[in-house]
Amino acid sequence: MQRSTQDYLKVMYSLSKNAEMVSNANISQKLDVSPASVTEMLKKLADEGYIKYSPYQGSVLTEKGLKEAQRVTRKHRLLESFLSNVLRIGNDKVHQEACQMEHALSDEAEESLCRFLKHPDTCPDDGKTIPACDLPFCNCEECIQLHQKGLEQVGKRDKNLISIRDLKNGTFGKVSFIRGEHKVLQRLLDMGLTPGTKIQIIKVAPMTGPVKIAVRGSKLALGQDIACNVFVEVEEHTK
Amino acid sequence: MTNVTTDVKNKTTSLKGKNTPLTFALAGNANVGKSVIFNQLTGSNQIIGNWPGKTVERAEGTLSFEGHEIKIIDLPGIYSFSTFSMEELVSRDYVALEKPDAVINVVDASVLERNLFFTLQLLEMNTPLVLVLNQVDVAKNKGILIDKDHLSTILGTPVVFTTATRGEGIYEAIKEAVKVATSKPKYTPIKYRKDLEEQIQKLQQLIEKEQIDLKYPSRWVAIKLLEGDTEITKLVIEKSKTVILQAKLVIAEFEKNCQEKCFSIIASARYALANSIVASSLQQDEVWHPLTDKIEWFTTHRIFGYVTAFGVIGGLLLWTFVVGNTLSGLISQGLSLINPIDPELSMSAPILSIIFNGFWGGLDAGLTLIIPFVIPFYLLLALIEDSGLLTRVAFMMDSAMHRIGLHGKALIPIILGYGCSVPAIHSCKIMETRRERLLAAFAITFAPCSARTIVLFGMVGLFVGVHWALLLYVVNICIIFAMGKIAMKAVPGKTTGLIMEMSSFKRPSIKVVLKQTWTRTKSIIYVVFPIYIIGSALIQILYVYDILTPISNAFSPLTVLWLGLPAFAGVLLLLGTIRKELIIVGATAMLGTSNLLVGFTPIQLVIIALVAMLYIPCVSTIAILAKEFSWKTAIIISLANISTALIVGGLTFQLLNLFV
Repeated sequence: MQRSTQDYLKVMYSLSKNAEMVSNANISQKLDVSPASVTEMLKKLADEGYIKYSPYQGSVLTEKGLKEAQRVTRKHRLLESFLSNVLRIGNDKVHQEACQMEHALSDEAEESLCRFLKHPDTCPDDGKTIPACDLPFCNCEECIQLHQKGLEQVGKRDKNLISIRDLKNGTFGKVSFIRGEHKVLQRLLDMGLTPGTKIQIIKVAPMTGPVKIAVRGSKLALGQDIACNVFVEVEEHTK
Repeated sequence: MTNVTTDVKNKTTSLKGKNTPLTFALAGNANVGKSVIFNQLTGSNQIIGNWPGKTVERAEGTLSFEGHEIKIIDLPGIYSFSTFSMEELVSRDYVALEKPDAVINVVDASVLERNLFFTLQLLEMNTPLVLVLNQVDVAKNKGILIDKDHLSTILGTPVVFTTATRGEGIYEAIKEAVKVATSKPKYTPIKYRKDLEEQIQKLQQLIEKEQIDLKYPSRWVAIKLLEGDTEITKLVIEKSKTVILQAKLVIAEFEKNCQEKCFSIIASARYALANSIVASSLQQDEVWHPLTDKIEWFTTHRIFGYVTAFGVIGGLLLWTFVVGNTLSGLISQGLSLINPIDPELSMSAPILSIIFNGFWGGLDAGLTLIIPFVIPFYLLLALIEDSGLLTRVAFMMDSAMHRIGLHGKALIPIILGYGCSVPAIHSCKIMETRRERLLAAFAITFAPCSARTIVLFGMVGLFVGVHWALLLYVVNICIIFAMGKIAMKAVPGKTTGLIMEMSSFKRPSIKVVLKQTWTRTKSIIYVVFPIYIIGSALIQILYVYDILTPISNAFSPLTVLWLGLPAFAGVLLLLGTIRKELIIVGATAMLGTSNLLVGFTPIQLVIIALVAMLYIPCVSTIAILAKEFSWKTAIIISLANISTALIVGGLTFQLLNLFV
């Protein structure tokens, strides 16, 4: 895949929340490209099935586009974490560096990087969620256990996962993956967030506050640092 | 609507002592009304202490019931028996090792599925159980109907409906518990899904064959081994290596077959079972609650939510001062009739002076502070808490609290600190880790408690201007944040995230509110009152024998040169370590007039009030810090307070000199 394609998908991913339309102007501004070439590129991406493009309104990522966008965004943000937390490179520089490196990073190296960094959840410069990997696990411990035997056999997840902190009020989803350390995982399991459980986002508090969800007939408030590690398959966007 | 406790007692007196004493444990999730039931059962016969060697509260009480002397233990509110918190470890060891005659599992009927997850874990322990479905009124309101008999058949335990706040069903609950305790029925264990059950049986048989005596039931040990529970695994290793090796093999194969980690499978299996039990015994109708929904919407709205949060906190403080000032005035007037403070006494009869001015003065201060300021504060706070409003405030303030390394729940102890630091630090127990408890307690030592507020308004508000007093209040809040931030960096560790249950709004129960208020006030009476009285007497001794002046002179480079205060302020600050309001009382006594402007310039009043707010936690607070943490912690926190007060006070003095 072309670098520019990946860059477009990455920018659209960071601009859109909850599968909202992204306007051409926003993309052109963010990528510093002329509106005319943005329009041209978007048409091409639409032809390839990555986005749905509606002239004069904007474009939205398809499931296929979302998958690719999350893949490259994940590499970008993992690299940023590495550059900042391990190599101690200033937060003002990590973005540029990561933009160069993300296209060359193989999936295997990305998985190792994630384990090496102990499954980081947010990127160091802007605190955005690092998307989940596409391995079919319910938690990181399965990955730690299985990677020595090689992760090739385990296959890939086909559905896209989204962190509950990045969802709109009212969205329904199925808990599919919980990232992070055992203690938090066990507490979330105890509270009923077992794999496959259907939950609903009730309210995301303002100023990056907690996320209130409905699970098994109870209402829970999860702080942002917990919510960014709870990933669901979105089932319904509407209220 | 009957008062069960008296009911229970009336039926019993004649038969007292006929049977052997029984022990019941109350177990269940947090906020299900367990404590309400505990209070209903035991009334005033309670002993609240800590579990030996742990900072987990242990509440114990007694009750006589139809000829049985019953000891009731209120276990901490927990969601599971994994061992990630002290509360969970203490509870499970109590149930498994001390083997109470019956466990009364209190369950929120409106959140049955989540609560049954815990019930199933109790059943795994093979303990004699009574399931109490509490808050059935709330459940009914939500359109939830539960088939009690069906539930009882599936679980194999008696099931009782209660509405604890009104005392309904408590009698039946205790009756069933006695029945279970005396008849000791045999339980058939509840079975999980087939593949998991096979592994459990495999391990259970192995454990029984190897005859390792762990005092825990073998089925439960098998489940814990599968879960990878560190405590139990450690215990088993000591007894038998074979069991552990076998267990490892079983786990590895099972995980390979299921493509899932064992602990996750078990959690899922328990919930799957809870879910199917609920599905067959519960009927839910959609019920529309327009008012509750509107309140919910309003209190968590992106603008109105903050309005509510600040309104609640501000309103609480305003209410305290208005009511507090009125009551305080009335009580002081009443007490002044027997006014003992008589400087003449100190010359002629030192002993009398110590007794009257010291002891009586201490009692007097206790009465004029606790009753008028603290009780109304806790009363309204308990009301806000019980209605569910405080959870919404915590929800809205979570991101702000994160800036000082705490999460939204920490707001509750910190708000309590606006009343009195002692119960506030005590309530830091609701935080999950020691680090968070410590950070919250540290923040509380800077929070303007009612005594400090009296100093602030009595010195600055009255003689310099209310806007100055309010400004200092704001400065204080900024200092809490700044110090919190520094402490967060200084104390190693990561902030754990918020996981908080948000139960729906409800009409607060007067009984619960009164009880909560009393519990908090009681901790002040037991800790603060004695220290007030002894401390005042001590200060009086120092005063009578003129030891205060030399000490305060030794501090004069700091007080006079650095802070720009009059020389006698050293004595006042010394007095203030016992109780902050002694600063005003002392100043009035020394100046011989209540017009403080005679002895202080306005700048000096601002400085002394600022220093008084920050400079040291009072003796009672230091004592509670030492009790909840350690003496070392208490000393470090005190030193941090002193240096903050000196730096902030000194700099403010220099600044004010430049501009005013």
